[in-house]
Amino acid sequence: MKFLRNQLDKVKHQFEKGGKLEKYFYAYEAMETFLFAPNTTNGQKGAQIRDAIDLKRLMMTVIVAMLPCLVFGIWNVGHQHFMAIGQAGATMGDKFLIGAIQVIPIVIVSYGVGLGIEFVFAILRKHPVNEGFLVTGMLIPLVMPPDIPLWQVAVATAFAVIIGKEAFGGTGMNVVNIALTARAFLYFAYPTDISGSVWTYLGDAQAVAGYSGATPLSIGAESVTTGESVVTALNSFGAGWNEGVFTLSNLFMGIRPGSIGETSTLMCLIGAAILIATGTGSWKIIFSVFGGAYAMGLLLNLIGGNAFMEMPAHYHLVIGGLAFGAVFMATDPVTASQTESGKWVYGILIGVFTVLIRVFNPAYPEGIMLAILLMNVFAPLIDYFVISANKKRRLQRATV
Amino acid sequence: MSTEAIAVAPVKKAEPLFSKKNRKLMTNPLDIDNPITVQVLGVCSALAVTTQMKPAMVMAIALTVVTASSNVIISLIRNTIPSRIRIIVQLGIVSLWVIMVDQLLKAYVYDVWKQLSVFVGLIITNCIVMGRLEAFAMGNKPGPSMLDGLGNGFGYGMILLIIGFFRELLGGGSIFGFKVFEAMGVHYQGNGLMLLPAGACILVGIIIWVQRSINGYRETH
Repeated sequence: MKFLRNQLDKVKHQFEKGGKLEKYFYAYEAMETFLFAPNTTNGQKGAQIRDAIDLKRLMMTVIVAMLPCLVFGIWNVGHQHFMAIGQAGATMGDKFLIGAIQVIPIVIVSYGVGLGIEFVFAILRKHPVNEGFLVTGMLIPLVMPPDIPLWQVAVATAFAVIIGKEAFGGTGMNVVNIALTARAFLYFAYPTDISGSVWTYLGDAQAVAGYSGATPLSIGAESVTTGESVVTALNSFGAGWNEGVFTLSNLFMGIRPGSIGETSTLMCLIGAAILIATGTGSWKIIFSVFGGAYAMGLLLNLIGGNAFMEMPAHYHLVIGGLAFGAVFMATDPVTASQTESGKWVYGILIGVFTVLIRVFNPAYPEGIMLAILLMNVFAPLIDYFVISANKKRRLQRATV
Repeated sequence: MSTEAIAVAPVKKAEPLFSKKNRKLMTNPLDIDNPITVQVLGVCSALAVTTQMKPAMVMAIALTVVTASSNVIISLIRNTIPSRIRIIVQLGIVSLWVIMVDQLLKAYVYDVWKQLSVFVGLIITNCIVMGRLEAFAMGNKPGPSMLDGLGNGFGYGMILLIIGFFRELLGGGSIFGFKVFEAMGVHYQGNGLMLLPAGACILVGIIIWVQRSINGYRETH
């Protein structure tokens, strides 16, 4: 520590005003504040907020909340790999190893590219490096399939940070969620690598006989044409090579193929508990996304019509990425509604649209990504209506 | 006789066609008065015909011809058009040129004409053409009007070609149908987003971003 401090102090004068590397002061400052807590605090007069929580600590809380998803995801990637190639007896260590080999490079690429761009813009625009990317850089790997080509992760991250964020003015100014922008980019730019049967990492190994890359959502979409009950199809799926992979309890636990971090509803709920307990994420949004999806599922059950519509509503909460989206994406404080009653509307509509897209649009098997992006765009409008209603109410009360 | 009447008779010198002011008519639309990136006109066709460079170029030429020639004709008859029916007169003139261009394209570059489909016909309603007629040709002489039409056509074409270049290169790995990456021996996986209209929209945004950070243009309210 002492050594680092000395090294930093030694080069400091070069970055300060008048120094040789004056232009790169903010790059230096970012490194310094990353390594050491800054010793500048608010003065005794002026600012009223004395809590030490700053953007960096807020972001770290979210990352801590994501760790269960990440660790579970790493194990799950390995587990699904060994199930698919017919080696159910692989040890825990092997599964973690395979998973780590697949997942860690994606995390490194996402952080490397994203922070690199942040540094460049910070130097060009002469502002301190923002911490906003800390969370985004972790969210991006968690919503990628395990064997996504790394260059695609890099391109998507660059696109999301430049077009999704910097074009709008940097951290806190973006209209849509950045991690989802990266995913949507890949979804439309390279659809073959992020949809279909890419959710299990096979590597060079041969898949076991009877293997199928279908997901609960694609089984649901197929049931529309086959007319077979979704629950029966899910329960019988994987017979012979991965028995009971899509049973309700397994779907809840998340031991199934999928994007790296989004499979487990349980882990997402643990993350949600951390977010809510620390006051980082809005429980209203999380709750209303689940509620909206469940209500829409129930409504479709009542209408009936095809096998997917008749699927029990609680299945909608555990298949696909609804839980992950609700907990980590919809709650993004920058892109969500800011008003308290607006949050309910925002969350419920995300849930409703997710189920609608899933059930009625066979081109997009999973709806949570598009639903959140859509509602991100509408969030300011929701806030506007909430605020005007409040104004109207208060004007009526006024006696002037 | 009032003094005013005397003041209103300055002798006008014939202005040369390529005077400094008239040259501005040609160069402004390329940069600070660009029809797409500054006036934000004609964006629909810029998104629709730019998946490849060839149709983009044909479209740009067609629009330049139509804008310049209708500008000249409207400018010639500008003093005889009753102002109440001027829009329909303008439409008539524009459609005359559009039909001629359409027939020419159909005769000589049939495959591109098929690719452009309705968008040649839609030049009639293209905001740039109508905009130039209303804003310029109705109040200026034929010479400057022609330059103005050409300039706006070039400004439109320039943006179309830039968008088309990136969309075809990134989306399909080729330029004017020539497979660039294959010729270099590199495998290139086409970016599907660039082939969607959304990709063109993002490119227009980037062009505006780059242009404004170079020339410092800011919208005034």
